[in-house]
Amino acid sequence: MGVTRAFQTVYTMWLREMLRFKRAKSRIVGSLATPLFFLIILGTAIGSSYKIESYREFMTPGIIAMVLLFSSIFGGVSIIWDREFGFLKEILIAPVNRFFVALGKAFGGVTTAVIQGMLLMIIAMSVGVEYRSLLGLLASIPIMFIIGVGFISLGIALASRIESHEGFQMVMSFLTMPLVLLSGAFFPLSELPPWLKTAVYLNPLTYGVEALRWALYGEPEIPITICITVLLSFAVITTFIGSWLFGRAKV
Amino acid sequence: MKSLLNLCIVSFGSAGAWSEEYVDAIVTDGITKSFDGFVAVDGVSIAVGEGELFGLLGPNGAGKTTLINMLSTMSRPTSGTARVCGFDVVREAAAVRRAIGVVFQGTTLDDHLTGRENLDLHGRLYGMAKKLRRKRISEVLQLVELSDKADLLVKTYSGGMMRRLEIARGLMHHPRVLFLDEPTLGLDPQTRFHIWEYIRGLNRDEGVTMVLTTHYMEEADTLCDRIAIIDHGRITALGGSEQLKSALGGDIITLRLANSEDGERLLRLYERSPYVSRATIRDSTLYLTVEQSEEVIPLVFQTALGSDISIQSVTVRKPTLDDVFVHHTGRGIRDEVASEFARVRYKLQTSKR
Repeated sequence: MGVTRAFQTVYTMWLREMLRFKRAKSRIVGSLATPLFFLIILGTAIGSSYKIESYREFMTPGIIAMVLLFSSIFGGVSIIWDREFGFLKEILIAPVNRFFVALGKAFGGVTTAVIQGMLLMIIAMSVGVEYRSLLGLLASIPIMFIIGVGFISLGIALASRIESHEGFQMVMSFLTMPLVLLSGAFFPLSELPPWLKTAVYLNPLTYGVEALRWALYGEPEIPITICITVLLSFAVITTFIGSWLFGRAKV
Repeated sequence: MKSLLNLCIVSFGSAGAWSEEYVDAIVTDGITKSFDGFVAVDGVSIAVGEGELFGLLGPNGAGKTTLINMLSTMSRPTSGTARVCGFDVVREAAAVRRAIGVVFQGTTLDDHLTGRENLDLHGRLYGMAKKLRRKRISEVLQLVELSDKADLLVKTYSGGMMRRLEIARGLMHHPRVLFLDEPTLGLDPQTRFHIWEYIRGLNRDEGVTMVLTTHYMEEADTLCDRIAIIDHGRITALGGSEQLKSALGGDIITLRLANSEDGERLLRLYERSPYVSRATIRDSTLYLTVEQSEEVIPLVFQTALGSDISIQSVTVRKPTLDDVFVHHTGRGIRDEVASEFARVRYKLQTSKR
């Protein structure tokens, strides 16, 4: 019974995220518009102005990682809305284990994040971005999955502590933008001044960008084994912190 | 899949979960909840029988929701114990959760989903197998007359429809006890009346024990088999509506005076009269509890005229639950409206910090 119930709980929470995602077409379009503008306008402009060949290709893994970060953190932090609109009570009164509720929420959010990442990859191809190989594209899917788990669990952890949606705005401005800017999404890591280099190497998203770069173009600045190790550790640690804090969260 | 179905039948349909000597659906013994020194529920001991429609009546902030939260395992009692369907709310919280349904005060629906999807997710969370879920969804939808709206997004529902859907959802997994926290709060009178009919019908047809909180006296009066009047976290009176009212002893005469300054003076006169069993004053209106009002009214007038006090109007009525509340607490439920504003203002201030 225990395993079946656990699976059923995870699946129920995942299913809910899917049902919501299915109806959130405008949200999907909206969430892909910004990264596409970055890629098409900034990518082309910087590439041609500074005579950097294939800057757009350089930027692509970073932009995909950015989409993953935004939608995963958003997915986790959406618990704040569940609390505000009361649905959280419905979940927490049910005879289910909160750990599996958090896990299901995470899987649901990750699925939507990975779908958005893949959509962006495909749209980028239509504007002329090229990738190394089909195999590389396929390899990027599990990588996106691990990145997603890490950041959605971070979002769940934050949402379990934050009690209002004003707090959510703080998270978005003080967490996500610095994470993106400090990730090597837009610049190479080798020529940075030491303080910036330290910050970039402390940022888990950096390893996500590098891992995607390896999958799509095969030339990462950080070895892929290190990237995967860091990403997996980050995902495991945040999953435990996230579900632990969610288990103690007040309604 | 078959074994899962069987498991669900075992856990939802069997009487095995009930202990044999079980009599009452809910028994509490001195249950208490305090927050930082503020005692929200103060040593409440009640017993609710199986199949009963039990009301907790009291002003806002009386401790009704806190009591329900403890009984539904949402918060732990500071002291005292409570058993729901024979299970301890702290030590056997999981078993209690399986046995109860809760309709919360505010909406707890996912309004980005359809009514049917909300019910389906609920069934899944309670471990109901697919066939059972499908059958039960159409049943409960029919009960609250939402079958034709089931596939619309909840955000298109009216307040009354949302409330009905929540009640349907609360009943979805065949709970033995359903808690309803202010089920008609914020609804217009007509919708409220409809919700009452659903609640009454469901209590009768599904045989579910229901505990509802309300600060509407009419609601407690028309719906509940028994009513517990709760004030400042304590049960001050308990019984059937008629029983509570007749305990006040007789009819209530309401006197409105032409001159409000005479009120206190006249009150003292009535307090000394043998034919008035109880006299109170609010603003410039006197309330007299008397037996055989037909014979007492002339005496009441004589007393007033004898002291040169003129009476503007007089009404005689049977006592209401409001009178019962006043009798036990010295205040009217409606008097609490002002303090409710104060509470909301306080909440706004503290949340801004």
